[in-house]
Formats: sequence, structure tokens, C-alpha cells
Amino acid sequence: MPEISLLSGPEAVRVGFYVCHCGTNIGGTVDVKALAGYAASLPRVAVSRDYKYMCSDPGQALIEQDIADHKLNRVVVASCSPLLHEATFRRALGRAGLNPFFLQMVNIREHVSWVHLDKKAATEKAQDLVRAAVRRVALHKPLQKRRVDINPSVLVVGGGIAGIHAALTLADAGKQVYLVEREPTIGGHMAMFDKTFPTLDCAACILTPKMTAVGSHPNIKLWTYSEVVKVDGYVGNYKVQVKHKPRYVIDDLCIGCQECIAACVYKEGKTPDEFNLGLSKRKPVYLPFPQAVPQKVVIDRDTCIEFKSGKCKKTCIEACGDRLAIDFKQKETFDEIEIGAIILTTGFKTFAPERNPYSGYGRYPNVYTSLEVERLINASGPTGGEVILRDGKKPASVGIIHCVGSRDANTNRWCSKVCCMYSLKLAHLIKEHTGAEVFNFYIDMRTPGKGYEEFYDRLLDEGVHFVRGRVAEVSDWAVHPSEEGKLVIRAEDTLAGFVRRIPVDMVVLSVGLEPQADAQDVRRLFNISCASEGWFLERHPKLAPVSTFTEGIYIAGACQGPKDIPDSVAQAGAAAAEALALIDAKSVELEPYTASILEEECSGCKSCISLCPYQAIAFVEEKKRAYINEVLCKGCGTCVAGCPSGSIKQNFFEDEEIFEEIEGVLAYA
Amino acid sequence: MLSRRPSAPGTSQSKFEPRIVAFFCNWCTYLAADLAGTSRMKYAPNVRVVRLMCSGRVDPQFVLDAFAHGADGVFIGGCHPGDCHYQEGNYKTLKRYHLLKRVLKEMGIEEDRFRLEWISAAEADRVRTAINQMVEKVRDLGPLNLELKDVEKADAEEVLV
Repeated sequence: MPEISLLSGPEAVRVGFYVCHCGTNIGGTVDVKALAGYAASLPRVAVSRDYKYMCSDPGQALIEQDIADHKLNRVVVASCSPLLHEATFRRALGRAGLNPFFLQMVNIREHVSWVHLDKKAATEKAQDLVRAAVRRVALHKPLQKRRVDINPSVLVVGGGIAGIHAALTLADAGKQVYLVEREPTIGGHMAMFDKTFPTLDCAACILTPKMTAVGSHPNIKLWTYSEVVKVDGYVGNYKVQVKHKPRYVIDDLCIGCQECIAACVYKEGKTPDEFNLGLSKRKPVYLPFPQAVPQKVVIDRDTCIEFKSGKCKKTCIEACGDRLAIDFKQKETFDEIEIGAIILTTGFKTFAPERNPYSGYGRYPNVYTSLEVERLINASGPTGGEVILRDGKKPASVGIIHCVGSRDANTNRWCSKVCCMYSLKLAHLIKEHTGAEVFNFYIDMRTPGKGYEEFYDRLLDEGVHFVRGRVAEVSDWAVHPSEEGKLVIRAEDTLAGFVRRIPVDMVVLSVGLEPQADAQDVRRLFNISCASEGWFLERHPKLAPVSTFTEGIYIAGACQGPKDIPDSVAQAGAAAAEALALIDAKSVELEPYTASILEEECSGCKSCISLCPYQAIAFVEEKKRAYINEVLCKGCGTCVAGCPSGSIKQNFFEDEEIFEEIEGVLAYA
Repeated sequence: MLSRRPSAPGTSQSKFEPRIVAFFCNWCTYLAADLAGTSRMKYAPNVRVVRLMCSGRVDPQFVLDAFAHGADGVFIGGCHPGDCHYQEGNYKTLKRYHLLKRVLKEMGIEEDRFRLEWISAAEADRVRTAINQMVEKVRDLGPLNLELKDVEKADAEEVLV
């Protein structure tokens, strides 16, 4: 153990200790006064104070003043998690002329007062942690953050409304933006909708101009049918590899005339159309939907005869003529880009109602999901905007079942937030299109939002029926002549206090929102976290809702949690603003937690080299010593722990500092 | 250095309260512990957390040092396999953990006193249950009595650390 020889003389360590009440958050469970008194009794503590809110301006000013008055050269703050306010207090030290790394924080809120009930035990635990911090901070060394330049380009992943809005905002600010979308077109779920609540403005009318703007913006490089496959680097300097899947059509040569589609040897489509959720058929060569951006056709190799047999007449190539846009030999290609920031707007998927057998989905043909009904209502959809049953007849009665795959302990516990409103919208549109009797089966009507409750009122006036209660099952089991040939919805009416049987022609399942199936893979790729449900985790639920724990990576839209269009757009704007704030600063400071080799002690055994996943450690032949490239080092400390001769040190996490902390928490008074 | 605190934290002298040192990685388990706090989950107050950037930073000496200085248990928390913020630091931790377990066994330190858990940033509940379980187990085992029969006490630290 190192001898702390800083007890006296001009270099003497003088610690200022500050404990925060955090209102009653800490003060309610930890005896803050006693803790301050305890700290005052510890060696090297020159000042010990408690204060209501340490993070407030007066709280910080207190530290700054004490540094000047009491010649403090170390500071320990016992308050909340260092992940919340370490930066705040480091800045305070900096303002007072002290190296910011002469600070140690003690987490007595998240790790003590909020998780323990016994005041005595909590205070004792806080004392142990404080003692360790006071001992550790004495060994802290002055450190300098590294400043690195920021690449001013931004990558946006996912071309739904959030990605589109973020990309346009950044591009309009003059930044180079790469927008990567894995489908052949941008537009996302919003492109599938007919109208949007509560204003009932047409989704296409407000979305397609933005899609076109993305496609033609000089600052946006749009890559559809592409996926990010590799992410390297760090804030301000990410290197990303993008894979372009072959669409068998040369982007630059295809003019979107669609003559190849007309000329395809298939006279009729045979493959379920993804965009119409299988409600119509498409050919092997297709445009996802008429307003797709880019207006470039795609050839699906799984259904194209040329790929199956190699013996197709290739009428598509004939039709394409001298434009020569079709290329059956196209291979996947890759691009490497360098960017400073990344915005993830990868969206959601809808709940698959097969998981709820009571819903009848997949068993009864006239049970639809809400998204399918969006396509039916849409004028450019499979039925040209007609809401019709599978047999082509108009329904005379429709039941809309809320909360399918939401607020359900058997599937998803969360409220999907948008379903009540879109169900109201669908009820209105179905009534408008068909004149049918519409029944809504709901648990609670959730309409918080500007103009939302008013929309609900409007629906009540329009004569739509509302039954408050969970649906038990949808079946075709008639017990009364009026139920013959109908789908019977059996539900408890909790307001009337009995079970209803309502026969209808069509059932609409208001399916909830879920994280994308590959959200976990995407999270790993970009090195961010997911909440337990699988939504991307924000840095702080209130104060950093679009930031992640990885600097320079932001999230927006429904990939972070269920969200409607206004909220997604608002988040996208926020994420774009955060990215702009980052890249317009031109440079960024990196934590100095890197490792370095103590050359005179290194034996040159090379065991550290294979431990580093970033190839930051090299072997210098002339010196027979290892060398760590500070720029590549990310500061995990794995090599430090693995060095057999103890000749690697990690800034701020030096062996001595950690030993001091361990022994500090265990050194009973 | 091997002296014990006469009165255990929090409760009466009659009941043994184990003291556990935990090493949590900054990105997963420390965040999960923070989340347990913001979620106001309650768990046993016996654990003292040392924050490291990665569980891969846990030098086996840290564990030995903790036991040598009176810890009744040592708990390491890291990201799930495949989820390490530094790609593979937790795999290195896993290897060291297994090796260290054997060493500790040789020294007569019971298996339940040393625990490694993968806890993601979202798994606050796992922090609670893992800590509570470990505290219970170590409480059942009683205080760690490192009997260094053939070694001079003065040399104890040198041998262990």
C-alpha cells in the first residue's frame, strides 16, 4: 500500500466534504448531519458541510468559496449517482481553479437512501462509502480531458417519420446526412396510414412531400434497402459500414417508369404484398407503393423466375430497353462512412395477435388488425379505399377491440399509447366509409393530447358505441338466430355490470406497439442499452430523453417507446438539435480514463495485447515493451487487471485508488 | 488487518450482518443499481459498491484485498455476455472468476462468498434479488474466519495481496 505522505507541508491534502440532503430524498433516510460530523472526524478533511441541494447554484458556490477560503485541494460530494452530477461538480472545481479530477462522488441516494428503510443501517453504509471516498480522493491525480475534432456528418438509421424529420432538420442546417433504411422505400408505418388523428389530415399529404424532400436534398445521402453492419469509433468520430442489398436494379439508371412491372411475365401478382400486409398481391418486380422514395423498382429474387430457373424470357429487360437499369448479376455492396453523430429512429413493430388466441385472428377471415384496416381505408390501398369483408361485402357492424397486446399480463404490460386514439380514428373512418354500426371495446379511454379528448367527444356525438370492458373472446358460435353467420364478441360491460354478446360482421384488433424484432441486435451494434421491455434506453427519462449512455448516439421516435406522430417528430427534432449541438462545437472532450504502460516495469510478456478488443496495444520491438495508443484506448481497464507485473495503469482507476476504496469501505471505525 | 468490526452494521450485536464488497461496471450493473434506486426498490444494506468502468477491470487482487480486509463476500456485476460496453471485457472477467474461485476454495473461502452476476442496465430487480440472496447466504455462512495457520499474521497481507 502506498504511504500517503501528503499529510503536512505545502502539498498537504485538504479535503472538503459536502453532503446533500436532496430535499428529503437523502435527508429522510440518511442522518445527514451525523454524516457531516463523521466526515469532519476523518483525517485530512478540512471542511465538512451539509446542504439542502448541493447541485444548485448556491451549493456549487459553497464548494467554490471553500476551495478559496480553506485552500482545499480535494473535494468529496455525497449526493446522487455520479452519472447524474459528477460533471456538474467537476465544473465547479474547474471554476475554482482546481483540477476537476480531484473530485470523488459518493452515491448515497440511488445506492443508499432510496433503497434502504433502516435509517441506522443506511447511515452506517453512507459512512463507509464516505470514508472510502475520502481515502481514495487523496490519491487522485490531476488529469486532462483529451480534445478531439468532430466529424460534422450525421448518420440517421431508419427512414420513418422520425428519421425523415431528423435528417431534414440536419440537412437544412447544412450538415451532410446519411439516411439508411432497410426497406426499399422510406416512409415507415406512417406511409401505410390513411388519415392521422385527431385532425384527420391525410397521412400521405403531409408525409410524401417530406419523403420527396429527403430524396432530393443535396445534403442527404439516402440509402434504402441498406443496413448498418458495423460500427466503430467514438463520439465525433464514428466509422460505420453500410451494406447495400442488391435490388437487381441500378439505382442511377432506373427512372421509375414501371414499364418493367407491366411487362413482367407474370400477368398478375402472385406474392403477398408486404406494404399492403398481404391484402393484395405483387409481382416479383415491384415498387412498394406509388409514392415510394426513391422511385426505383426492386426485384425479389425469391419469386423471380429468372433467379429460380434462369430461363425467364426477361421481358422486364426488354421493356427497360436502352435504359439498361436491370442487372440480374448485382451483388451486395458496402460503403464505409465517417460521421460524428448517429440518430437511431428504427421504430416499432405491431403486436402479432395470433399470440392471443381469444382474438380469433387467423381463424376467422373477417378479423383484421388495425394496420390492415388502415390499408383497407387508404385510397391507394388494396381495395381502393373500400372497407369490405373478404367476400367483398360491406360490413353492417364492426367491433373494434382495444388493448390487444397491451396492458395484458400475458403479453405486454405497457400501454401502447396510440391505440385508443387510432381506434377512435378508425371508428370514425369506418362509419364514414360504410355507415356501419361501430362498437369500441375498451379498458380505459386514454386520450391525453392536444385535441384528443375533443375528438373522443366528437365520436360520442357521432353515435359510435363504447363498451367498457375486456373482451373475453371472438367466436362464430351462434346461440341466437341473430348471431348466425356473424362474429360474436363476448365482453364484460363493466359499466352495466353484465356480460354482453355483440354479433358483428367485422372485428378490428387494435394491436399494440412492440420493439422491433431485432432491437437487441441493433442495440448491440450501436453499443446502447435497452429497457427491460426491449425499447431503447434513454440517458435520463426526463432530462435526456433522446440521448443514450453512449456519447454521440441519440434515439428518437417509437424505438424508445410507444409514440404517436407528433411525439415522434418532436423527439426527432430534439435528437437533431442534440446532434447539431455536438457537431457544431467542432471538438469534444473525452474522458481521460485511458490506460498506459509503465515502461520501466513492463516485462514485454505481451499478455495484454490479446486482451484489448480495440487493438490499442502494440509491442515495440526495439524497446521490448508494450505501448498503448491513447487514441484507440477506450478505458475499460481489462488490460490493467490482466497485466502480471502490474505495469499498466488506468487513469482515475489506478490500482492504488481502488485498493484505497476497498480498504476504505472495510476499515471500521 | 484481519480484525473484524465488533458490531455489525444496522442491527443488534446478536445477529451477524455480513459486509459485502461489490464491483459494478459503469454501463450495466451500476446503472441497474441506480435504477433500483430510482424505482425505490428495497434491499439489504450490506453491500458497498465500488464503481469500475468495466467488470474486466476487476483485478483478482481486488477480490483478495477485499477478503483480506474483512469482507465476508465479494460480488462482481457486469454486462450480459455479448453486451459488454467494451465488447468482451466481461468474458475476461468470467475466465478470471473461475480461476479465482479455485484459488479461494484452496484458501478455505466458501463458494457462496464470491459471486458473479450479469445484470443489464434494465434489470434493477435482479440487483435487488441477487444482493438479497447473497446477503442471506453469507449470513448463513457466518463471518469469514481466514485461518492462516502456517503463515505469520504479519505476512498475511503480502501473501494475500
